[in-house]
Amino acid sequence: MLPSVTHPIGDFVRENVPNVLGYLPDFIQPYIPSAEIATLINIIICMVAIAVVGIAPVPVLIYMERKVCAHIQCRLGPMRLGPHGVLQLVADIAKLLFKEVYAPKGADKFLFYLAPIFVLTAPFLNLCVIPFDKNLQVADLSVAIPFILAMNGFGILSTLLGGWASNNKYSLISSLRSGAQIISYEISFAMILLLVVMLAGSASLGEITASQSGHFWDWWIFKAPVLGLLAFIMFLVSSTAELNRAPFDIAEAEQELTGGFHTEYNGMAFAMFYLAEYINLFTTSCIATVCFLGGYHAPTIGILAIDNILNFVPGIVWFLGKTFFVVWIYMMFRWTFVRPRVDQLMALEWKFLLPVNLLLLIFGVVFLAFGWILP
Amino acid sequence: MTEYLPLLFILFLGSIIAIGAILVGKILGYQSKNTKNKFAPYECGVPTFGSARIQFKVEYYIFALLFLIFDIEALFLFPIAVNLKEIFAGEPMVITPAIVIADLIIFVSILFSGLVYAWKKGFLKWE
Repeated sequence: MLPSVTHPIGDFVRENVPNVLGYLPDFIQPYIPSAEIATLINIIICMVAIAVVGIAPVPVLIYMERKVCAHIQCRLGPMRLGPHGVLQLVADIAKLLFKEVYAPKGADKFLFYLAPIFVLTAPFLNLCVIPFDKNLQVADLSVAIPFILAMNGFGILSTLLGGWASNNKYSLISSLRSGAQIISYEISFAMILLLVVMLAGSASLGEITASQSGHFWDWWIFKAPVLGLLAFIMFLVSSTAELNRAPFDIAEAEQELTGGFHTEYNGMAFAMFYLAEYINLFTTSCIATVCFLGGYHAPTIGILAIDNILNFVPGIVWFLGKTFFVVWIYMMFRWTFVRPRVDQLMALEWKFLLPVNLLLLIFGVVFLAFGWILP
Repeated sequence: MTEYLPLLFILFLGSIIAIGAILVGKILGYQSKNTKNKFAPYECGVPTFGSARIQFKVEYYIFALLFLIFDIEALFLFPIAVNLKEIFAGEPMVITPAIVIADLIIFVSILFSGLVYAWKKGFLKWE
């Protein structure tokens, strides 16, 4: 059974568009299929909304990344363009726009251009299932978590395509390494989400969020004592590897493989890879927020006066606040740990994370069976 | 199903944005002179030799196979994970908690013994 999708903007369109069309002259009336027009407007609104939600955080994330990494190294970061360098990114985009886009000699041109075209598909589809606020999501799939896993699997494709098509040995090695890394960590990513699904009793992100309503200790990170915190840490490790971010950026490792699988890309084709990287960062932080940090719920503490103030703030503000907190954790990760070698990276996943994941799953069953979850 | 129609269109949203951006880049981009070095692959300035489609380690395939096994087994666990809470809450179902726990133990132990087998065979070693 599919859940009925609650969709405030969509419902508004479906209810009101037929009325608006009623003002049209009478002789056109019978020829206008109002329900179809309402669906069409609904689809266009969804597409525009997802494009905005996907692309709008990217400049913020890039600026944040530059500033966080600068300050952690006692530097200032971008300072020249605009106050505190906020316009630096505008200059970067202008530079990328006016760069020539071309494929190197011997590259498979079709696949070479197909890779940056495919790369944005997965992050946008992942954004569709995330509830940003109550009823504020494109589709509340009942299989949202398997859907996210499937989309992440799809994301590897463009990496492999780009590396293969570039006719560059470094690109090929990098894409293979990154493919092996992403598929390895995909397993522990899946297992952690499986644990959350087990505890929440649903694979739909809307219902997972609903299962965390109440006070801040009802979030899954605290609700299952110790287990939730361990799962959250494991999620951070495996998703950092999935995002190909430092300390697990074996695929790029500046000293080893020049620019990674997108060495041969330039101009806007390169910008697509860069964009996808940051949308993926945002999307994964959103998933962490939904699964562990209570989604759009306010961190109420049980004292009525304070709770009323906290609940007065819209849910989307809490959601974005928590998401950017997770993003900040990812950025701190990047500058506090050293990069492991390829063999160490694989050993970490297969010989440590995966057995621990299976153990956590068993503990999850035990927690459920004995009811050790906080009420 | 019309509620899910937007997903079908958003499938192409990324492609549309990327095609648009690359076309804009092609139009606005500065055209430099087409020299031989411009189209050479960048391999740290050293002149390239041979084809880039080199042989690579067979370990990549082995990890891909292991991934397939473990990911599919994880997906098989999803249906049971969704219903586990209700089963333990004592809701009337076809199966009882004892059967579910036995099933889970058998399934996870097969999963785990597969991992141990791969480990003992030395598939997880990366040189």
